[in-house]
Amino acid sequence: MALIELRKISKAYGSVPALHELDLTVPEGCLYGLLGPNGAGKTTAMRILATLLAPDSGSVVIGGVDGLVQPREVRQLMGYVAQEVAIDKILSGRELLQLQGDLYHLPRNESETRIADLIERLAMGDWIDRRCGTYSGGMRRRLDLAAGLLHRPRLLVLDEPTVGLDIESRSAIWQLLRQLVDEGTTVLLSSHYLEEVEALADQLAIIDAGRVIAEGSPDQLKQRLGGDRVTLRIREFSNADEATQVRALLEPLDGVRQVVVNRSQGFSLNLVIEGGAVIDQLRQTLEAAGLPVFALAQSRPSLDDVYLQATGRTLMDAELAIAGQRDVKKEKRQSMR
Amino acid sequence: MTSPTASVALQQQPPGALSELSQETWALTRRLFLQLMRRPSTLIAGVLQPLIWLILFGALFANAPEGLLPGGMSYGRFLGAGVIVFTAFSGALNAGLPVMFDREFGFLNRLLVAPLRSRSSIVLASVIYITALSLLQSLAIMGTAAVLGYGWPGISGLALVLVTLLLLVFAVTALSLGLAFALPGHIELIAVIFVANLPLLFASTALAPLSFMPTWLGWLAALNPLTFAIEPIRAAYQGPLDLSAVLLEAPYGDVTGTSCLLILLVLTIGLFLAIRPLLNRKLS
Repeated sequence: MALIELRKISKAYGSVPALHELDLTVPEGCLYGLLGPNGAGKTTAMRILATLLAPDSGSVVIGGVDGLVQPREVRQLMGYVAQEVAIDKILSGRELLQLQGDLYHLPRNESETRIADLIERLAMGDWIDRRCGTYSGGMRRRLDLAAGLLHRPRLLVLDEPTVGLDIESRSAIWQLLRQLVDEGTTVLLSSHYLEEVEALADQLAIIDAGRVIAEGSPDQLKQRLGGDRVTLRIREFSNADEATQVRALLEPLDGVRQVVVNRSQGFSLNLVIEGGAVIDQLRQTLEAAGLPVFALAQSRPSLDDVYLQATGRTLMDAELAIAGQRDVKKEKRQSMR
Repeated sequence: MTSPTASVALQQQPPGALSELSQETWALTRRLFLQLMRRPSTLIAGVLQPLIWLILFGALFANAPEGLLPGGMSYGRFLGAGVIVFTAFSGALNAGLPVMFDREFGFLNRLLVAPLRSRSSIVLASVIYITALSLLQSLAIMGTAAVLGYGWPGISGLALVLVTLLLLVFAVTALSLGLAFALPGHIELIAVIFVANLPLLFASTALAPLSFMPTWLGWLAALNPLTFAIEPIRAAYQGPLDLSAVLLEAPYGDVTGTSCLLILLVLTIGLFLAIRPLLNRKLS
């Protein structure tokens, strides 16, 4: 049964589109990953889910409740942990959790019991009574996560929960998320870390330019691609003409399913191959054409390959391309009420 | 299409709505007071600044000729009412700052994703906090003024002072909260506070009576809401309370104590009504 159903969600900030007819179905009881580069629309989708933002069009149904008609009911069944940790530096962690308990109308006894439980589970006991202003990034993130879980939500929505965290904090959060899913909580997690989504997600959707471009379990998505991945570099920095020439040379070979020129990485070539003999065949063909081989690497398909297959660029390239276009001040204004 | 679960939820009467509203309002108010206790600089500065005005300005005109001021009162007593109002006004003008910081640092979003019974609790908590703070600061100034020999109002006078201050604080808090949601950041809000504060004080009857002012300034002072708060408080310090007495001989006509309070009441209601659409939009 689906816990989240987003249908044809579109949202634009002025003339800049953020989501374009995004469809997303998240089954209950799983950890669902949203993978995509910064600026792909993950945060906008999550803010719409959390009722912080209204879509321009489309429908949002969570746990059978229409989020656009009954937002309060949706807030009751959801815990939302935003990308930017919003804590009150003057309060202690415990006071912040007590405030959270009151905002969710928990009876005082229940709130205190739950706070004690979360302090233990997230190993916050040593510092929870210190002021939040003294916390490290990892401590703040754990506290924020505890706040999102305080009212035992059916759905936990986490926007980039481990960005910039130390290994210990990241590991503690991963462990907790696995436990939560085992206990029946549905977790929706956005990330641009491939390894995080690959390690945690039962199901995932890859988002690019405001729409879902691939959906399924990590294994399904990789199997759908099939074959091994080969990254070939003729020389350290090639050029477009040479890369096109090499592609034309390799595409007809038996066992070569696809050749993509990766412009942002020195015009290297990303190949999809079937069969063990193809590598030797590649080397021989290049040698016969008098072309050198600067580097050649073979690997099993990854989620990055899934992204590459769908968009023609790697996640990292997408990140770099978007990084130059982002206006942090404008984004902050958009997130402000 | 709404699911059966949602339909049932719609039909059910929400249990303990008032209790939930008071729980969330109390929690938000408590947070503001915890901030104040741990960073009391706002409280201290809010008392210190008017105190300096009271002491220095009081001393500056301590030897003013007798009979110069209306009713033959001393300048210290005349000034006291102005400084009390200035204290409450300055405190209330800062009401929007915590809200603005919550907007800027994303804490407001934490409140908005919670299933609050009513988002008015966010505004209500700010109003409760700033009213208590402003009254506390004003009482501190009143106490100091009494120690300095500038008098103390009787019981009925004290009631009038409190009612007048409450009306003023509500009105200015509404204005400040409106600005906190309308302006893009705290720099802009602080700039508005900075620009509004002293000119409004000088263009009122806080420091001098209308008869001392040139015509244009007299008009400004007679239209300034601070004047409508200062005059009843000044009257409360002067003796037997008579709200029907003329407290202000304004260029446009005489203004009684009752009129002053009514003007403040209308202003308060008007400002809350004026900011309501903005608050609804920002908190929806």
